[in-house]
Amino acid sequence: MSTLELDIARIRAEFPILRQRVHGKPLVYLDNAASVQKPKAVIDAITECYTGYYANIHRGVHLLSERSTVAYEKTREKVRAFLNAASTQEIIFTRGTTESINLVASSFGGQTVKAGDEILITGMEHHSNIVPWQLLCERTGAKLKVVPFTDAGELILEEYERLLDGPVKLVAFVHLSNALGTLNPARQLIEMAHARGIPVLVDGAQSIPHLTVDVQALDCEFYAFSAHKIYGPSGVGVLYGKKALLEAMPPYQGGGDMIRLVTFEKTDYADLPNKFEAGTPSIADVIGLGSALDWVNAIGLDAIAAHEHALLDYATVQLSEIPGLKIMGTARDKAALVAFTMQGAHPHDIGTILDREGVAIRAGHHCAQPVMQRYGVPATARASFAVYNTRDEVDVLVAALWKVKEMFEL
Amino acid sequence: MNDLRDLYQEVILDHNKRPRNFRILPHPTHHADGVNPLCGDRISVYLDIEDEVIKDITFQGAGCAISSASASLMTEALKGKPIAEVEHLFDAFHDVVTTDCECPKGLGKLSVLAGVRDYPSRVKCATLAWHAVRAALEEHKEAVVTE
Ligand SMILES: Cc1ncc(COP(=O)(O)O)c(C=O)c1O
Repeated sequence: MSTLELDIARIRAEFPILRQRVHGKPLVYLDNAASVQKPKAVIDAITECYTGYYANIHRGVHLLSERSTVAYEKTREKVRAFLNAASTQEIIFTRGTTESINLVASSFGGQTVKAGDEILITGMEHHSNIVPWQLLCERTGAKLKVVPFTDAGELILEEYERLLDGPVKLVAFVHLSNALGTLNPARQLIEMAHARGIPVLVDGAQSIPHLTVDVQALDCEFYAFSAHKIYGPSGVGVLYGKKALLEAMPPYQGGGDMIRLVTFEKTDYADLPNKFEAGTPSIADVIGLGSALDWVNAIGLDAIAAHEHALLDYATVQLSEIPGLKIMGTARDKAALVAFTMQGAHPHDIGTILDREGVAIRAGHHCAQPVMQRYGVPATARASFAVYNTRDEVDVLVAALWKVKEMFEL
Repeated sequence: MNDLRDLYQEVILDHNKRPRNFRILPHPTHHADGVNPLCGDRISVYLDIEDEVIKDITFQGAGCAISSASASLMTEALKGKPIAEVEHLFDAFHDVVTTDCECPKGLGKLSVLAGVRDYPSRVKCATLAWHAVRAALEEHKEAVVTE
């Protein structure tokens, strides 16, 4: 394959959870788009924090608090570098992609969106990039507009162009679709919006572990992602926002840590990024995210992407050979996952039968019900890849799918 | 695959492939939808009730093998039964799919779904149609949700 070939056996050995058997079979974990497993380095970083130097941040004069604060803020710098943001003030820690999007919908949306305005999203969004905008529209009387996509799962750019001519106040789109695997042309979509002066939020929940993201090159106003999809812990996410916008936006939640001075008459808010980080954050988990980014950097995102792409190509060919199996999402630009249906076998049943073979996949609507409706299916099965997956595991998946056919006499 | 065969028994596979009473009743006296938000499955049940007796019962929808077969078997079990028996049958069926109880007598073919008890994530599939029927009898207008 490529010159970037990785030593996958060595990488796998770093994931304690992958050593187990389920139902007596070696675990084949192919549910990485839902959440990815954690390397020992990340688990150790969290344990080290709790056993060595944990204390609340930004408020203690004592040594542990200082050490925790330094480790926490070091992660902010790591995230900044990872996204190539201009400043650490543009990196806000949240609970995850969902909270990041809600923050923008509530703060930026509440500030700029009025009755009659439009928010433009795409037909392939995760519920977390739909519902916050619907709530905003209900509050303000704005309208939610949706860019359609083709049967292959590619956005129809002419429609996008047309919809941009409306009174659109914000475009929000998914970078890499969790339901279809489509990699959207982010740079182009952003440029087209900017040509009309419209700001853009990118849902990077799926793209972040699979491709290099440079927010300055993309030039998006906001970029959201979750630590748990990039080998970090659950409960932590990031919102990148351009400084000028974040500065002009009102706070999202009120509380400790986000203030400069509180009196009962008036509160002065803290500077960025603290203005948007009310309350005690998930300190050890943020530190775990820092360790996850170090871990990914050490391997190299390009090498990871090349490995996953080879797996995706291999799986696509192997799955296509199973009669009655239909791949949903055949965009030219795809990454990391393959969603499919099988004639005569419901995804839920496929999931149960695969589980007994040790193969963990996702079966359901993938929090993207409008995508299911678009194709007229209640659900799909989805296999999604991470750096530790192998061709052998794809073979196990394929063999297990033949068992489904056997069971249902297809 | 032995343990999987405990779940996917021949009767279940058969009812999945050839669901019984799988049609819409044109003029039902009672009707409700059941939705399983986990997998997006949706089942509609239609009842024709006369003098407190289920004269006819049918269903429509798309679901997994467990929910489809369970709906199909349920329509067979309930057809001709007084509505007073529905709750009793449902309770007995629920016990069978959730606990290690001895299968109570009188459940007949419904007991083929007992294998579901080893697959907790699938209990909602097995009970979806039943929840819909109970909602129809209570004349709920909204779709019931198995959560
Ligand atoms: C495309 C996409 N957006 C948003 C989310 C929500 O992420 P989280 O649940 O971590 O907030 C996900 C997670 O599945 C996703 O795949």
